[in-house]
Amino acid sequence: MPLPPLPTDAIAIGVHVDDWRGAVAAAGDALERSGSTSPEYTKRMIGVIDEFGAYVVIAPGLALAHARPGPDVHTEGLSVVTLAEPVAFGHPHNDPVSVVLGLAVTSGDEHVLLVAELANVFNDPHVIPALAAATDVDSIRSLLGVTAPPEEQQ
Amino acid sequence: MKIVALCGVGIGTSAILKVNAERALARLDIEADVTATDVAGVKSVGFDAQVILTSSELVEAIGKTNADIVVIDNYFDVDELVAKLETALG
Repeated sequence: MPLPPLPTDAIAIGVHVDDWRGAVAAAGDALERSGSTSPEYTKRMIGVIDEFGAYVVIAPGLALAHARPGPDVHTEGLSVVTLAEPVAFGHPHNDPVSVVLGLAVTSGDEHVLLVAELANVFNDPHVIPALAAATDVDSIRSLLGVTAPPEEQQ
Repeated sequence: MKIVALCGVGIGTSAILKVNAERALARLDIEADVTATDVAGVKSVGFDAQVILTSSELVEAIGKTNADIVVIDNYFDVDELVAKLETALG
């Protein structure tokens, strides 16, 4: 099962941020732009890291920002943000982070297939540096093996 | 055998850890039940687990346990999971 289509609004390339909070906020902004979440979800994603630390940096250079399902999640969504300058999240092995994924799900069960597919994509260690170096949305989609949503296709 | 994959909120990262831990166990030909959970649930879900897989950031939050705590640096690196699970279970 491939990942669901990724709207252009859910992708941000070469974003300038000051710190990890800015990086997570950028992933939250992209989720909001694509209609998946409301701003409260972005605050909750930052809150997860405030509470539990930088464990969301699950691989070298990659953070998977997320929070629990809630009323601020309208539809399941994924966003992809690449940073112009990598930032430290405070992880002992995987800093600095240059790619931030934002993940929003509406229930604990439905996301298992989505996450399994993410694992498939990122089991290839070349994907993270290639995403960080990508300069256009089509390259990002191609690396993730996803399409644009039907309304964006010519 | 029971293995717990732990993250802060019990979705997302712990689910990725669970998926890749199952791939590592298949490669090792070990049968085990892998459960994803959050910090709040690890006491009840993890009490009879043999291994708890997690990030170095969350080790303190686990508290007292009889399980082996195995810290995974790269959640997408099945080779790392294979090597560390083999050590913990061997």
